[in-house]
Amino acid sequence: MRDTLRFITCGSVDDGKSTLIGRLLVESRQVFDDHLVALERDSSRYGTQGDMIDLALLVDGLQAEREQSITIDVAYRFFSTPARRFIVADTPGHEQYTRNMATGASTCELAVLVVNALNGLQTQTHRHARIVALLGIRHLVLAVNKMDLVSYSEEAFSEIVREFQPLLRELSFDSFQAIPLSALYGENITEQSSSMPWYNGPTFLGHLETIDTTRRDAHLPFRMAVQWVNRPNQDFRGYCGRIATGEVKVGDRVRIVPGGTETSVRSIVVWQQERPSATAGESITLCLDDEVDISRGTVIASASEPIEQSDQFEAKLLCLSEELLVPGRTYLLNMHACQVGASITAIKYLIDVKLGSHLAAKSLGLNDIAVVNIYTDRPVPFETYERSRGLGSFILVDRLSNQTVGAGMIDFSLRRAANIHWQALDIDKNARAKQKFQRPMCLWLTGLSGSGKSTIANLLEKRLFVEGRHTYVLDGDNVRHGLNKDLGFTEADRVENIRRVTEVAKLLVDAGLVVIVSFISPYRAERERARLSFAPGEFIEVFVDAPLEECERRDSKGLYAKARSGILQNFTGIDSEYEAPESPEIHLNTVTTSPEKCIDRILQAMARNTQVTDTYTL
Amino acid sequence: MSGYLASLEAESIEIIRESIALSEKPVMLYSIGKDSTVMLHLARKAFWPATPPFPILHIDTTWKFREMIQFREHVAAETGIKLIVHTNQKGVADGVTPFTYDSERYTTIMKTEALKQALDMGGYDIILGGARRDEEKSRAKERIFSFRSAGHRWDPKLQRPELWNLYNARIHPGETIRVFPLSNWTEPDVWQYIEQENIPVVPLYFAAPRPVVKRSGQWIMVDDERFPLNPGEVPEMRMVRFRTLGCYPLSAATESTANTIADIVHETRVARTSERQGRLIDFDQTASMEKKKQEGYF
Repeated sequence: MRDTLRFITCGSVDDGKSTLIGRLLVESRQVFDDHLVALERDSSRYGTQGDMIDLALLVDGLQAEREQSITIDVAYRFFSTPARRFIVADTPGHEQYTRNMATGASTCELAVLVVNALNGLQTQTHRHARIVALLGIRHLVLAVNKMDLVSYSEEAFSEIVREFQPLLRELSFDSFQAIPLSALYGENITEQSSSMPWYNGPTFLGHLETIDTTRRDAHLPFRMAVQWVNRPNQDFRGYCGRIATGEVKVGDRVRIVPGGTETSVRSIVVWQQERPSATAGESITLCLDDEVDISRGTVIASASEPIEQSDQFEAKLLCLSEELLVPGRTYLLNMHACQVGASITAIKYLIDVKLGSHLAAKSLGLNDIAVVNIYTDRPVPFETYERSRGLGSFILVDRLSNQTVGAGMIDFSLRRAANIHWQALDIDKNARAKQKFQRPMCLWLTGLSGSGKSTIANLLEKRLFVEGRHTYVLDGDNVRHGLNKDLGFTEADRVENIRRVTEVAKLLVDAGLVVIVSFISPYRAERERARLSFAPGEFIEVFVDAPLEECERRDSKGLYAKARSGILQNFTGIDSEYEAPESPEIHLNTVTTSPEKCIDRILQAMARNTQVTDTYTL
Repeated sequence: MSGYLASLEAESIEIIRESIALSEKPVMLYSIGKDSTVMLHLARKAFWPATPPFPILHIDTTWKFREMIQFREHVAAETGIKLIVHTNQKGVADGVTPFTYDSERYTTIMKTEALKQALDMGGYDIILGGARRDEEKSRAKERIFSFRSAGHRWDPKLQRPELWNLYNARIHPGETIRVFPLSNWTEPDVWQYIEQENIPVVPLYFAAPRPVVKRSGQWIMVDDERFPLNPGEVPEMRMVRFRTLGCYPLSAATESTANTIADIVHETRVARTSERQGRLIDFDQTASMEKKKQEGYF
């Protein structure tokens, strides 16, 4: 039976990737007559090949792509020959569209790296070779295209292949084939070219039809992530998912992770019938002997070889975001059917895509590839990417913009989460709060320098102190003299600054105190992260708002003057952004409201929050 | 089932389950055609023994073939799945028909606008559709989870990266996600699957003698008395079938004797024209599908 090969074409811009695919489609007679008519019409309008049909227009489907004669996004094309079915991901060559290229590569087994014979290897050639290797593609074809432009010279071909050798050795693919060809004239595509009698390797299509990409891994044990719990009635409870690895049979012992419960497979249900067994790649519904706690994201695994779980990983991360990825900021992490909160705890190094060398970095920009440590807010079952693409890959999603900002591949777990236990103490936050007759909470004052945060923080603490509350003020300037004196004012350092303050505030709230945090805290993401660190109602965001002109007029510390004159860099409001809160609990306008009135409003909000969830006697 | 059909099926079921798990209020677009039929079949498989936990939505322009409507009612009764039918009543009141408006404006009002009305009324966040990447060039560029900004607009330059089988369905209020479980299927795949699974389809796909007239070189079926015949024009009976189904005045028939699924599979394998060639609406503008998709078309 014919199988399917999924492959990607990549390489630098203008190497003729789209033309090569167009050629494959035409040669395998996949282009319908009405499409050819449209192609002739389009060629005269957008074509780059003079009077000849421009095959690239078969795949460059977007108006913007045709107008600019480039590929912007990955296009999926389908063709088949008597030997095989093919799904081709034709991906963009421009560096700015690398994330679209990675999208295409993530589901492929083979990569065709196209090189222009006239130009030789480019930075993008190296970059794409590294990305496809990183994404776990084990089979590579180096298609040396446009041989017609170098008079079909064997020397030109050999030189490119020779130049490619060091990279090839470093990336160690399972198979490699270099093929000289001309997509434009159809040379060495389906038939041996008479223009290149010196080449006696396989033709391009011939190689794609015969290459064996089945993985020869050692046996992998059974694992299936639960996507959906199916409960149509009291008598049926099934766990739906697609088997990631291994095989399962009725009667097999399985372990449920997280949780660790063991039970047996009672039945394997598919449409209108039951099956004795099922293997990797199949979508099934499992019924188990015992009632166990299983929800979406749980992994059902072989009991004799159970799956590990962890909350700290080393991973390779490809940055897909135009916003910087910064250690300490929290993201949502999607991994198989799990969704958890996660942050990058350290950037170990950035990979130079041209040379493969390691570079130091404090943050990651668009298309950067780095080795990082990742922390998740609860343990997740996982495999290494090497063992399983399905259980070892993840994406990072920005909580506010909802954009997919990173794609990661797990190298290994940094520790076994099972070994770490939070010390459960008898004297807890509740006990300490009761002792102080107050509800601990965090009042987070955010706003521009000079907006009045410190004034309000001081007055507020005095009022609370007089009322007999136990308080503490964390002030931006003061904390930077001690705990955070190693931090500057870059985006990465600001994020870390707020992370530390959040942690300190959390400890102080746990100690039973009312904590007043008075920090510019310019980024929404960090304030959201801070909010999530506290129990509901425990965190009150106070936007201390004054227009920039007013703050600059006040300029009590003379900082705006310095920033304006350029002595002070990265100053919030001047050359560094302030992201105003979208829905703070309290919004104070310090131009129209007196400090005393401001304090009243904060006290009212505190009283409200205390009543709603009151377990403390005030 | 053959290896690759089985893997296409498993992938589609995974996508359908994922989309429903990530959705607060899902809906499946149901056009009554072969792709919708296969998608619905896959959804029933995905959740069996339960009935799929979402309704199906048909945008009825009032110009569908009569046999399509009969089939729709039959399927709803047979599967027990909730069927929602929506028509742009304002369009009907304004007298918008395929004969009084050009195909572009007709499609915009009776299909695209109608769809947006129905989606907004239902407040759906995830919308499953039966589009395939092999159908058309702009569809070849589409993600499986396709993000639509408020107003249902598709921006081909702002598609979310979509790696592995990890789908990002996070949206803000007003935004939606279209999900295409059949993205990686081709036309012959769909027919072979229908054959192997023995799935009933609208009889219009099979050749039969039908009353047709020739308009702009294409055979158009005279499905009811609303069809305005030219003076002296008499419909003739021809053995025809449809490769794709839509509004009857806008769906051209092809002459064919294929009256079994096996015949159809054979015919699609050796076909020299694309299935959408019979769709008159695809040719009314350059890059017209891309434009329609940007405006919120399927």
